[in-house]
Amino acid sequence: MPPRPRPAHPSLRGRLSPALLLAVAAGGTLGTLVRATVAATLTAAGPPVGAGWPWATFAVNITGSALLGALVQALALRGPDEGRRRLLRLGLGTGLLGGYTTYSSFAVETATLGSGGHLALAATYDAVSLAVGYLAAALGFLIADAHARRSGRSTTP
Amino acid sequence: MIVLVALAGGLGAACRFLIDSALAARTRRNFPVGTLVINVTGSFLLGLLVGWAQQHGPGAEPARAVLGTGFLGGYTTFSTASVELVRLTRAGRRAAALGLACGMLGFSVAAAAAGVACGTRL
Repeated sequence: MPPRPRPAHPSLRGRLSPALLLAVAAGGTLGTLVRATVAATLTAAGPPVGAGWPWATFAVNITGSALLGALVQALALRGPDEGRRRLLRLGLGTGLLGGYTTYSSFAVETATLGSGGHLALAATYDAVSLAVGYLAAALGFLIADAHARRSGRSTTP
Repeated sequence: MIVLVALAGGLGAACRFLIDSALAARTRRNFPVGTLVINVTGSFLLGLLVGWAQQHGPGAEPARAVLGTGFLGGYTTFSTASVELVRLTRAGRRAAALGLACGMLGFSVAAAAAGVACGTRL
Protein backbone atom coordinates (compact mmCIF):
# COMPACT_ATOMS: atom_id res chain seq x y z
CA MET A 1 0.00 0.00 0.00
CA PRO A 2 1.54 3.33 -0.97
CA PRO A 3 2.12 5.71 1.94
CA ARG A 4 -0.58 8.29 2.31
CA PRO A 5 0.68 11.83 1.70
CA ARG A 6 0.89 13.60 5.04
CA PRO A 7 -1.48 16.58 5.10
CA ALA A 8 0.09 19.93 5.83
CA HIS A 9 -0.30 21.09 9.40
CA PRO A 10 -3.55 23.08 9.58
CA SER A 11 -1.88 26.22 10.96
CA LEU A 12 0.81 26.10 8.26
CA ARG A 13 -1.72 25.79 5.42
CA GLY A 14 -1.94 28.98 3.43
CA ARG A 15 0.70 30.70 5.54
CA LEU A 16 3.92 29.80 3.79
CA SER A 17 3.35 31.29 0.37
CA PRO A 18 6.39 31.91 -1.88
CA ALA A 19 5.51 35.63 -1.96
CA LEU A 20 5.72 35.89 1.84
CA LEU A 21 9.00 33.95 1.93
CA LEU A 22 10.39 36.25 -0.77
CA ALA A 23 9.29 39.32 1.22
CA VAL A 24 11.14 38.01 4.29
CA ALA A 25 14.28 37.26 2.24
CA ALA A 26 14.23 40.67 0.50
CA GLY A 27 13.71 42.48 3.82
CA GLY A 28 16.45 40.41 5.45
CA THR A 29 18.86 41.29 2.63
CA LEU A 30 18.23 45.01 3.07
CA GLY A 31 18.37 44.81 6.89
CA THR A 32 21.68 42.94 6.76
CA LEU A 33 23.07 45.52 4.31
CA VAL A 34 22.22 48.36 6.72
CA ARG A 35 23.60 46.44 9.75
CA ALA A 36 26.86 45.63 7.93
CA THR A 37 27.23 49.29 6.93
CA VAL A 38 26.59 50.50 10.50
CA ALA A 39 29.06 47.89 11.80
CA ALA A 40 31.76 48.94 9.31
CA THR A 41 31.27 52.62 10.22
CA LEU A 42 31.07 52.28 14.03
CA THR A 43 33.66 49.50 14.39
CA ALA A 44 36.22 51.58 12.51
CA ALA A 45 35.63 54.46 14.95
CA GLY A 46 35.33 52.42 18.17
CA PRO A 47 37.50 50.15 20.34
CA PRO A 48 38.84 46.86 18.88
CA VAL A 49 36.41 43.92 18.96
CA GLY A 50 36.55 42.09 22.31
CA ALA A 51 38.12 45.01 24.18
CA GLY A 52 35.27 47.50 24.64
CA TRP A 53 31.57 48.21 24.43
CA PRO A 54 30.24 46.75 21.12
CA TRP A 55 28.57 49.98 19.97
CA ALA A 56 27.60 48.77 16.49
CA THR A 57 25.61 45.75 17.73
CA PHE A 58 24.13 47.81 20.56
CA ALA A 59 23.00 50.56 18.17
CA VAL A 60 21.25 48.23 15.69
CA ASN A 61 19.64 46.11 18.41
CA ILE A 62 18.14 49.06 20.31
CA THR A 63 16.90 51.02 17.27
CA GLY A 64 15.61 47.79 15.67
CA SER A 65 13.67 46.87 18.84
CA ALA A 66 11.96 50.29 18.94
CA LEU A 67 11.06 50.19 15.24
CA LEU A 68 9.75 46.60 15.40
CA GLY A 69 7.64 47.40 18.48
CA ALA A 70 6.06 50.37 16.70
CA LEU A 71 5.51 48.39 13.47
CA VAL A 72 3.89 45.27 14.91
CA GLN A 73 1.64 47.26 17.25
CA ALA A 74 0.65 49.74 14.52
CA LEU A 75 -0.29 46.84 12.22
CA ALA A 76 -2.11 44.96 15.00
CA LEU A 77 -4.21 48.06 15.77
CA ARG A 78 -5.20 48.38 12.11
CA GLY A 79 -6.76 44.93 11.95
CA PRO A 80 -6.16 41.16 11.75
CA ASP A 81 -2.85 39.75 10.55
CA GLU A 82 -3.80 39.00 6.95
CA GLY A 83 -3.39 40.27 3.40
CA ARG A 84 -1.35 43.48 3.06
CA ARG A 85 -0.83 43.79 6.84
CA ARG A 86 0.67 40.29 6.96
CA LEU A 87 2.92 41.06 3.98
CA LEU A 88 4.12 44.28 5.68
CA ARG A 89 4.70 42.56 9.04
CA LEU A 90 6.73 39.77 7.44
CA GLY A 91 8.65 41.90 4.92
CA LEU A 92 9.42 44.90 7.15
CA GLY A 93 9.27 43.21 10.57
CA THR A 94 10.48 39.59 10.28
CA GLY A 95 12.67 40.38 7.25
CA LEU A 96 14.02 43.94 7.42
CA LEU A 97 14.09 44.59 11.19
CA GLY A 98 14.76 40.94 12.09
CA GLY A 99 17.75 40.92 9.72
CA TYR A 100 18.87 44.38 10.86
CA THR A 101 19.24 43.22 14.49
CA THR A 102 21.37 40.29 15.63
CA TYR A 103 21.42 38.08 18.70
CA SER A 104 24.34 35.86 17.61
CA SER A 105 26.82 38.78 17.55
CA PHE A 106 25.45 39.95 20.92
CA ALA A 107 26.05 36.48 22.45
CA VAL A 108 29.50 35.97 20.88
CA GLU A 109 30.62 39.48 21.94
CA THR A 110 29.54 38.67 25.51
CA ALA A 111 31.41 35.36 25.47
CA THR A 112 34.52 37.05 23.99
CA LEU A 113 34.47 39.87 26.57
CA GLY A 114 34.01 37.30 29.36
CA SER A 115 36.82 35.01 28.22
CA GLY A 116 39.08 38.07 27.77
CA GLY A 117 38.69 38.88 31.47
CA HIS A 118 36.22 41.76 30.98
CA LEU A 119 33.52 40.07 33.10
CA ALA A 120 32.02 43.27 34.51
CA LEU A 121 31.82 44.84 31.07
CA ALA A 122 30.21 41.66 29.64
CA ALA A 123 27.59 41.59 32.41
CA THR A 124 26.86 45.32 32.02
CA TYR A 125 26.61 44.98 28.23
CA ASP A 126 24.06 42.14 28.65
CA ALA A 127 21.94 43.83 31.30
CA VAL A 128 21.89 47.21 29.53
CA SER A 129 21.18 45.66 26.09
CA LEU A 130 18.24 43.59 27.37
CA ALA A 131 16.77 46.37 29.53
CA VAL A 132 17.15 49.16 26.97
CA GLY A 133 16.00 46.82 24.15
CA TYR A 134 12.88 46.00 26.16
CA LEU A 135 12.21 49.68 26.96
CA ALA A 136 12.77 50.65 23.31
CA ALA A 137 10.27 48.02 22.10
CA ALA A 138 7.77 49.09 24.81
CA LEU A 139 8.20 52.72 23.69
CA GLY A 140 7.48 51.60 20.11
CA PHE A 141 4.21 49.99 21.29
CA LEU A 142 3.25 53.19 23.18
CA ILE A 143 3.97 55.40 20.17
CA ALA A 144 1.79 53.17 17.97
CA ASP A 145 -0.97 53.27 20.65
CA ALA A 146 -0.80 57.07 20.87
CA HIS A 147 -0.85 57.45 17.10
CA ALA A 148 -3.90 55.17 16.82
CA ARG A 149 -5.70 57.18 19.54
CA ARG A 150 -5.00 60.44 17.73
CA SER A 151 -6.29 58.96 14.47
CA GLY A 152 -9.43 57.77 16.28
CA ARG A 153 -8.70 54.07 15.88
CA SER A 154 -9.46 51.46 18.50
CA THR A 155 -6.58 50.84 20.92
CA THR A 156 -7.58 47.27 21.67
CA PRO A 157 -5.44 45.05 19.44
CA MET B 1 31.62 41.37 -0.74
CA ILE B 2 28.92 43.53 0.86
CA VAL B 3 26.41 42.21 -1.71
CA LEU B 4 27.20 38.61 -0.76
CA VAL B 5 26.93 39.50 2.94
CA ALA B 6 23.51 41.11 2.35
CA LEU B 7 22.19 38.20 0.23
CA ALA B 8 23.38 35.70 2.86
CA GLY B 9 21.46 37.77 5.44
CA GLY B 10 18.31 37.46 3.33
CA LEU B 11 18.79 33.69 3.22
CA GLY B 12 19.31 33.63 7.00
CA ALA B 13 16.10 35.61 7.56
CA ALA B 14 14.19 33.21 5.27
CA CYS B 15 15.53 30.22 7.25
CA ARG B 16 14.47 31.93 10.49
CA PHE B 17 10.96 32.45 9.10
CA LEU B 18 10.64 28.79 7.99
CA ILE B 19 11.98 27.36 11.28
CA ASP B 20 9.89 29.75 13.39
CA SER B 21 6.73 28.91 11.40
CA ALA B 22 7.38 25.16 11.71
CA LEU B 23 8.03 25.37 15.47
CA ALA B 24 5.07 27.69 16.10
CA ALA B 25 2.78 25.15 14.42
CA ARG B 26 4.00 22.33 16.67
CA THR B 27 4.23 24.02 20.06
CA ARG B 28 2.03 25.98 22.43
CA ARG B 29 1.31 29.20 20.66
CA ASN B 30 1.59 31.44 23.70
CA PHE B 31 5.32 31.02 24.25
CA PRO B 32 7.83 32.12 21.59
CA VAL B 33 9.98 28.96 21.47
CA GLY B 34 11.01 29.60 17.84
CA THR B 35 13.06 32.73 18.57
CA LEU B 36 14.69 30.95 21.53
CA VAL B 37 15.79 27.97 19.41
CA ILE B 38 16.94 30.23 16.55
CA ASN B 39 19.01 32.56 18.73
CA VAL B 40 20.67 29.74 20.72
CA THR B 41 21.59 27.71 17.62
CA GLY B 42 22.72 30.84 15.74
CA SER B 43 24.92 31.90 18.68
CA PHE B 44 26.58 28.47 18.77
CA LEU B 45 27.24 28.53 15.01
CA LEU B 46 28.65 32.10 15.11
CA GLY B 47 30.91 31.10 18.03
CA LEU B 48 32.09 28.11 15.99
CA LEU B 49 32.81 30.34 12.98
CA VAL B 50 34.60 33.04 15.02
CA GLY B 51 36.72 30.41 16.82
CA TRP B 52 37.61 28.77 13.50
CA ALA B 53 38.40 32.15 11.86
CA GLN B 54 40.74 33.10 14.73
CA GLN B 55 42.90 30.10 13.83
CA HIS B 56 42.95 30.81 10.11
CA GLY B 57 44.03 34.45 9.92
CA PRO B 58 42.97 36.99 7.27
CA GLY B 59 42.19 34.22 4.74
CA ALA B 60 39.12 33.30 6.79
CA GLU B 61 37.73 36.85 6.76
CA PRO B 62 35.47 36.48 3.66
CA ALA B 63 33.85 33.33 5.11
CA ARG B 64 33.40 35.03 8.50
CA ALA B 65 31.79 38.06 6.86
CA VAL B 66 29.38 36.17 4.56
CA LEU B 67 28.41 33.36 6.97
CA GLY B 68 28.75 35.32 10.23
CA THR B 69 27.74 38.94 9.59
CA GLY B 70 25.51 37.84 6.70
CA PHE B 71 23.77 34.51 7.21
CA LEU B 72 23.89 34.16 11.02
CA GLY B 73 23.27 37.87 11.59
CA GLY B 74 20.15 37.63 9.42
CA TYR B 75 19.14 34.29 10.98
CA THR B 76 19.21 35.50 14.60
CA THR B 77 17.18 38.46 15.83
CA PHE B 78 17.31 40.75 18.83
CA SER B 79 14.33 42.95 17.91
CA THR B 80 11.84 40.05 17.82
CA ALA B 81 13.11 38.90 21.24
CA SER B 82 12.54 42.41 22.69
CA VAL B 83 9.04 42.63 21.18
CA GLU B 84 8.11 39.17 22.52
CA LEU B 85 9.15 40.28 26.03
CA VAL B 86 6.89 43.35 25.73
CA ARG B 87 4.01 41.17 24.45
CA LEU B 88 4.35 38.74 27.40
CA THR B 89 4.54 41.64 29.88
CA ARG B 90 1.50 43.35 28.35
CA ALA B 91 -0.39 40.04 28.69
CA GLY B 92 0.43 40.09 32.43
CA ARG B 93 2.98 37.27 32.13
CA ARG B 94 5.94 38.98 33.80
CA ALA B 95 7.47 35.74 35.10
CA ALA B 96 7.40 34.18 31.62
CA ALA B 97 8.99 37.33 30.17
CA LEU B 98 11.77 37.34 32.78
CA GLY B 99 12.34 33.60 32.30
CA LEU B 100 12.51 33.98 28.53
CA ALA B 101 14.94 36.93 28.73
CA CYS B 102 17.29 35.20 31.18
CA GLY B 103 16.98 31.78 29.53
CA MET B 104 17.67 33.10 26.03
CA LEU B 105 20.66 35.10 27.28
CA GLY B 106 22.12 32.29 29.39
CA PHE B 107 21.72 29.55 26.78
CA SER B 108 22.91 31.79 23.91
CA VAL B 109 26.06 33.00 25.69
CA ALA B 110 26.86 29.44 26.85
CA ALA B 111 26.29 28.17 23.30
CA ALA B 112 28.49 30.95 21.87
CA ALA B 113 31.32 30.16 24.32
CA ALA B 114 31.02 26.42 23.55
CA GLY B 115 31.05 27.26 19.83
CA VAL B 116 34.23 29.34 20.13
CA ALA B 117 35.89 26.53 22.13
CA CYS B 118 34.95 23.94 19.47
CA GLY B 119 35.84 26.29 16.60
CA THR B 120 39.39 26.90 17.77
CA ARG B 121 39.95 23.10 17.61
CA LEU B 122 38.69 22.73 14.02
